[in-house]
Amino acid sequence: MQGVITPLIMIIAILVSLTTMSAGLIWMERRLLALWQDRYGPNRVGPFGLLQVVADMLKIFAKEDWVPPFSDRFVFILAPAVIMSAVLFAFAVVPFAPGISVIDLDIGILFFLAMSSLNIYGIVLAGWASNSKYSLLGGVRGAAQMLSYEVFMGLSLMGVVMLVGTFNLRGIVEAQQGLWFFVPQFPALVIFFIAGLAETHRIPFDLPEAENELVAGYHTEYSGMKFGMFFVGEYLGIVLISALITTLFFGGWLGPVLPPVIWFLLKTMFFIMLFILLRAALPRPRFGQLMSFGWKLMLPLSLLNVLATGAALLLLA
Amino acid sequence: MLSILQSVWKMMLHAFRERVTVQYPDEKPVLAPRYRGRIILSRDPDGLERCVACYLCAAACPVDCIALQADETVDGRRYPSFFRINFSRCIFCGYCEEACPTYAIQLTPDYEMSEYKRPSLVYEKKDLLISGTGKYPGYWYYKVAGAAVKGKDKGDGLEEEPPVDVRSLMP
Amino acid sequence: MEALFYVSGTVAMISTLRVVTGKNAVHALLYLVVSLLAAALVFYSLGAPFIAALEVIIYAGAIMVLFVFVIMMLNLGPGAERQKKGLLDPKAWAGPALLALVLVLELLYLFAGGGLEGPPRAAYINPKAVALALFGPYFIGVELASLLLLAALVAAWHLGRREKEGIR
Repeated sequence: MQGVITPLIMIIAILVSLTTMSAGLIWMERRLLALWQDRYGPNRVGPFGLLQVVADMLKIFAKEDWVPPFSDRFVFILAPAVIMSAVLFAFAVVPFAPGISVIDLDIGILFFLAMSSLNIYGIVLAGWASNSKYSLLGGVRGAAQMLSYEVFMGLSLMGVVMLVGTFNLRGIVEAQQGLWFFVPQFPALVIFFIAGLAETHRIPFDLPEAENELVAGYHTEYSGMKFGMFFVGEYLGIVLISALITTLFFGGWLGPVLPPVIWFLLKTMFFIMLFILLRAALPRPRFGQLMSFGWKLMLPLSLLNVLATGAALLLLA
Repeated sequence: MLSILQSVWKMMLHAFRERVTVQYPDEKPVLAPRYRGRIILSRDPDGLERCVACYLCAAACPVDCIALQADETVDGRRYPSFFRINFSRCIFCGYCEEACPTYAIQLTPDYEMSEYKRPSLVYEKKDLLISGTGKYPGYWYYKVAGAAVKGKDKGDGLEEEPPVDVRSLMP
Repeated sequence: MEALFYVSGTVAMISTLRVVTGKNAVHALLYLVVSLLAAALVFYSLGAPFIAALEVIIYAGAIMVLFVFVIMMLNLGPGAERQKKGLLDPKAWAGPALLALVLVLELLYLFAGGGLEGPPRAAYINPKAVALALFGPYFIGVELASLLLLAALVAAWHLGRREKEGIR
């Protein structure tokens, strides 16, 4: 019985802290964006406006949960659940600290890639089930964008995998005792970060939901908590990508003095803030630019990185 | 590529800039005296109404939010028997102030006039009339006007010459 | 582990059945995705997590998305459903059903003759073993497949290329 209860508590604790964190991120993003745009952001509800999150949550739960009559009801309800659960599943393999993780899979990175590819379904199905033109366009854009960027997101990670010789994320962190991988794998870091931006469809690459072209893209027809799930799913995605950058390139929980969990959280926070800074700074490209940037620049670069890493490993071995 | 990094860096530096937001209910913005806010009706220095009910403001108003009715006292002074401004229509353009020949109607730098009900935004004369002279403290309409009222005949005004006796042949 | 195998196998069978019988194309595709995920779990329970992950990434995550994508763009209306009703005619399904029956009979024969050794194996195959197998004994196969993919890539590039600048 003990063998079941401890992982169960771990899972629940991680789930609760992740969802709380991503809800808190909404507040953090609004405050940080305001800081970079010379504004204040939400600062009225509670200390520093922190209770704004609670207020928003209460509001979104109290909203009418409306399913448009012209939608495909079953798929319409399924889509936000797919997004949330795929992202939360992907967190299962992230090693937050020694002893704090859900499962120690041998195929950790592959599992993450699999879950992020399932994430596409949420967007495609939401776009299709809404049965409106803006949603469909958003869904089509989302599918094409995420499918393309997933290719070299996976390829960029192969350099790290080659250095360590395992897909296991814990193994990857432990292999960074001497040198964090952002030094030998800097191109991979850049490529992974850009692909992560596209996967979470954050602002420079938020074409699936480009609000000044497509109203709100694939979640135009959603309201209430179903919209909330898309929203929280997006922030969970940011946390996930940041956590993976930390794990793969910045030594995960490794660091002096402070406890491992704190190190992990600090590094993850840094990358989350970088995501928000990019949102504050960069405009959105056209869709054609996005695609050609991906296939013509990022893909060859990631292939070259794999090649160079392999060559270096062979020469040094 | 470099320009992207540059713009990200510049955006980051904005973290140390001063914020432009004015925290409104706590700190109020400084408004110029000529700011066009709530409309008032002012009085002459002797405490009598300046408004002579000439209807020019109502005519100038592009949204027709001013309504008034002219009347006359036994002293021979014209005044509005009622004066009503519907602030739910008013666009605070200031044309009424420009049109007013007596400086009676004036716009003030007060903008905090929210109400819960629309009818509360219809201001009657008692709501509009203030006890002072508004923006033009020394101005005294009936002292500079040629019109005769009780206690001031023609020619008694400031810088006003007595009326010419048209029956006299003297220059 | 064995229970996992049977449950996911059942899920795979039921969802595949729904793929065939479903009238709505997108719903059918969703069932196909579920069936592929179930197949991935079957692989996992058989001790091949690497193949399971690849199944999800490539089949469920990439190929099926393209299928959904295309069907979404076709915008199949009620007319398509009426057309599909004709498929329930025995003339349409007799052939495939017969072929499938043969396969089932073959399987039954295999099971009856003890062609398979007992219950599913739980031997663990890690990514390294797969890699060693691929680039060891099956090296030529991998190279041939990559040649084929290269040819496909070049063909796709040729087809998708614009004839002249300015003509779209």
